[in-house]
Amino acid sequence: MSNMKSMFDLNQIDSQGGKVETTNQQSGQAVINALEVRNLNFYYGSFQGLKDINLDIEQGKVTAFIGPSGCGKSTLLRTLNRMYDLYPGQRAEGEINFYGQNILEPGQDLNLLRSRIGMVFQKPTPFPMSIYENIAFGVRLYEKLSRSEMDERVEWALNKAALWNEAKDKLNQSGLSLSGGQQQRLCIARGVAVKPSVMLLDEPTSALDPISTGKIEELINELKHEYTIAIVTHNMQQAARVSDYTAYMYLGSLVEYGKTDEIFIKPKRKETEDYITGRFG
Amino acid sequence: MDITQSHSAPTPQALKIAKLQRVQDFLFYAVTQFFALSVLIALMGILISLIMNAWPALRSFGPGFFFSTEWDVVNGEFGGLIAIYGTVITSLIALLIAVPLSFGIAVFLTELCPGPLRRPLGTAVELLAAVPSIIYGMFGLFIFAPLFAEYVQPVLAATLGQVPGLGILFSGAFNGIGVLCAGLILAMMILPFIASVMRDVFEIVPPVLKESAYGIGCTTWEVVKNVVLPYTKAGVIGGVMLGLGRALGETMAVTFVIGNAHRLSPSLFSPGTSIASTLANEFGEAEAGNHLSSLFALGLALFIITFVVLACAKWMLNNMEKKQGLKT
Amino acid sequence: MNTITNVDQSIFSKRKRANKIGLTLSMGAMLLGMIFLFWILSVLLFKGFSAIDLNLFIHSTPAPGSEGGGLANAIVGSLLLVGTCTFFSTPIGVLAGLYLSEYGDRSRVAAITRFVTDIMLSAPSIVIGLFVYAFIVAQAKHFSGWAGTIALALIAIPVVVRTTENMLRLVPGSLREAAYALGTPKWKVAFKVTLRAAQSGVMTGILLALARVSGETAPLLFTALNNQFFSTNMNAPMANLPVVIFQFAMSPYDNWVELAWGGALLITFAVLGLNILARVVFREKVQG
Repeated sequence: MSNMKSMFDLNQIDSQGGKVETTNQQSGQAVINALEVRNLNFYYGSFQGLKDINLDIEQGKVTAFIGPSGCGKSTLLRTLNRMYDLYPGQRAEGEINFYGQNILEPGQDLNLLRSRIGMVFQKPTPFPMSIYENIAFGVRLYEKLSRSEMDERVEWALNKAALWNEAKDKLNQSGLSLSGGQQQRLCIARGVAVKPSVMLLDEPTSALDPISTGKIEELINELKHEYTIAIVTHNMQQAARVSDYTAYMYLGSLVEYGKTDEIFIKPKRKETEDYITGRFG
Repeated sequence: MDITQSHSAPTPQALKIAKLQRVQDFLFYAVTQFFALSVLIALMGILISLIMNAWPALRSFGPGFFFSTEWDVVNGEFGGLIAIYGTVITSLIALLIAVPLSFGIAVFLTELCPGPLRRPLGTAVELLAAVPSIIYGMFGLFIFAPLFAEYVQPVLAATLGQVPGLGILFSGAFNGIGVLCAGLILAMMILPFIASVMRDVFEIVPPVLKESAYGIGCTTWEVVKNVVLPYTKAGVIGGVMLGLGRALGETMAVTFVIGNAHRLSPSLFSPGTSIASTLANEFGEAEAGNHLSSLFALGLALFIITFVVLACAKWMLNNMEKKQGLKT
Repeated sequence: MNTITNVDQSIFSKRKRANKIGLTLSMGAMLLGMIFLFWILSVLLFKGFSAIDLNLFIHSTPAPGSEGGGLANAIVGSLLLVGTCTFFSTPIGVLAGLYLSEYGDRSRVAAITRFVTDIMLSAPSIVIGLFVYAFIVAQAKHFSGWAGTIALALIAIPVVVRTTENMLRLVPGSLREAAYALGTPKWKVAFKVTLRAAQSGVMTGILLALARVSGETAPLLFTALNNQFFSTNMNAPMANLPVVIFQFAMSPYDNWVELAWGGALLITFAVLGLNILARVVFREKVQG
C-alpha cells in the first residue's frame, strides 16, 4: 500500500493541501458544496493549530473528521461557525465559503451566520429552562411564530430527534431532568428546530452510553437527507458507520480526504492506513 | 426534501432582527460598563470630597496636624495624633489576640474537625462574622467591660503590671472601658472574619501535598507548619491584613467601650478615642470651620491608611489565587 | 535490626508532644470562639427578650424621660432604608457583575474595577457616611432617608458585584457556547442563559448584601440621622434601628436601654436569618 501516492495522481491530496477533488467528479454529476475551505490557517496565539486546509463539504452529505487527539479536527469544526471568535487571541486566515460567501471576511453578522450553521457539542448542554423553552428559545431568535405554530415546531423538532415520545408529557419540566442521552438528543432537537443549512456535531456521542450513541447515530442517518452534516469523532467505527466522506487529520494538517468507503478500505496514504488499522493513534 | 442555496440565505425578517440585535448588544455593553465604572467613580468621589472638606484644616494646621495632641473645640485647635493613636493601638491589640486564635480555628476546621461537624462549625464561624458590630459594642459596654473591670484588670495589674517596664501599661483605675477593652472587643469582632479567610486559604492546599507529608510520617502539626503554612503564606498575610483593614475602620464596636476621651496615655487601661469613634461622637454637633474640617481630615487619614492596607491584602490574596492557577 | 535507638525515641516523643500541644491549642481556640458566639447570642436573647412585646411594634420611640414606648418608627424606617437600598443596588450590582464576567477577561478597566470593588468591600463605613454627608446632605442642607439609602447602597453594591461576578464565572463556558451556536446575541446569552443558570447564586449575593447593610450604623449617622417620630418621608431624617440603638444604649434612661437591647435582638435576628436563608437558597440549587 505504500506506493499508492504515485499510482493515483488525479485524486492526489498531499499534506501540504493541494486541490481537493471529490470523487463525484468521476460520475460527472454537479456537486453543490455547502462549505468550501480554502487555504485555512488557524492560530491559538502564536501556536498554529491548522495548516493550510483545503476541502469541500458537500451539501446533503455527512462528512466525518477523524484523527488522534490534538490533530485539529475540533479546531476546524469551530472555524466553520466562527465559534473561535468568542476568544481573543484565536484567529483564522484564509477562506471559508458558505454557499459562495466567505464567512471569514470581516463585517459578518456572526449571530446570523450561526443561525444558519448550527452546532451540537460533546457535553450535553440543556439551557436552564423547560424542554419546550429549550427548543423555542432558538426559534424565537429569528422567527415570529404564533403559539400553535411554535407548538408544532417543537413537536417536529423533538420528533426529528426521536425524543417526542419520551418528552411529550413533560414539556414543561426542566431540560436538566432528562438523562444524559436524552439531553443530547434535546440539544440536537434544539439545533434542528431553527432549520439551519448545516449542522456541526463535535463528538456528539463521546459522553454517552452505547445505547444512546446508537440512537444518535440513527438520527444522523435520518437527518442527512435534509441537512448537511459535519461530524468530528474520535471513534473511527462511528465515522465508518455514519459518514459519506471522511477526512483524516494529523497535527493540524489534512492528510487524506475522500469517500468513506475508500478511506477505510483502500486509503491512499500510509499515515491514514496506520491510523485506521490502529498501528498508531 | 431539497436543500438549495436559498436555504442558506437569511430571510429579510432575520436581517432586520440581526440589525436590532447589534444595537442591543452595544447598549448592553455600554450600560454594564457604566455601572461597573460607577464603583471607580464612587471611589474617586470619596477621595475628592474628603480632600476638599479636609483642606481648610490641613491648611490651617499643616502636616503637623497628624502629630499634634491638641483637641480644643472651644479655641479651635485640633490635632489628629490622639485619634490616630487610638485607632492604631486598638487594632494592634485586636490583631495580636485575633490572629493566633483565628489560626487555631482555621487549623481545627481544616485538619482536626470530624467530617459531619465541619460544615455546621464552619457556618457558625461565618455567622459570627455576620453579627453587626453594634451588637459587639453593646455586649462590650454592658457585659464585658464590668466583668473586665472586676476580674481581669486587677489580675493584669498584679501580674504583668509588676514586671518592670510593663507596669506603666497597666496602671490607672479599673474602669473596664478603655483602650485595652476596646482592643479586646475588636479582637472578638475580627476573629471570625480572619478565621474564615484563613480557612478558605488553607483549603486551597492540594491534598496531594499534605498526603505526601503524612506519607513520610509527619504529625498533623508538622504538616500544618511545614506544608500548609508555607504554601498559603501570601494568603494568610493577606487575610491578616484584611482583618487589620476591618479593625482600623470599625466604629461601633470601639465607640461603646473606648471611653471617648481625648487623652493620650501610655496606660492601656485609660480611656481614649479612635478616628472612627471621634467621628461618630462629634460629627453630628461639629460646627463648620476648623472642627468640621479637622474631622474630615481624620476621615481622610483613615480612608487612606485603610485603602493602603486593603490594597496590600488584596495583592497578597491575588498572588495566592495565582498559585492555585485560578488566574494567569 | 529494627530497634529504635534512644535518640530516635526522644526526638519522636518531642514531635508527638509538639503535635499534641499545637492541636490542643487549636481545639481550644475553636472552643473559645464557640463560647464567644454562644455568650453573645445568649446575652442578646436574655436582655432583648424582655423588650419584645406588642408595644415594641406599635409605639414609636419615646421622648427622653418619658415612659414606655416602642421601636415602630425605627423598624419601619429601617425597612424603608434597606428596602430602597436593595432596590437600587441590585440592578447596578448585577449589571456591573455581568460586565466583569462577560467582558472582563479582555479589559484592563475590568481588572482595576475588580480590585477597587474588593477594597470597597472592606472600606470603613463611617467614611462612606462622611462622603454622602458632604456630597448630598451638605448640598441639600438637610438630612434625609435618601442620603441614608445612598450610603447603604455604596456598601451593598460591591458585595453584589463580587458575588454576581463569581457566580457567573462558575457557569460553564460550554453553556454559553451552546447559546451562541444558535445565533443568540450576547445580551440574550447573558440574561436568558448565563444569569438564569447562576440565579440562585446571584440571589444569595443579594441576600448577603441585604444582611450586611441591615446592621450598619455608621453610614446612617450623618445621612439619615434619626427621627423621634413616625415618618415615611424619605426626604427628611428617617428613624432607623441601628442609630436608635446607638443613642439609646449609652443613655441614662432605663426604658431606653431596654429598647436598645430589643432593637439589637431584632437586628441580629434579621441579619442571621438572612444569612441562613442565603445559604439555604444556594445549597438547594446546588444540590437540586
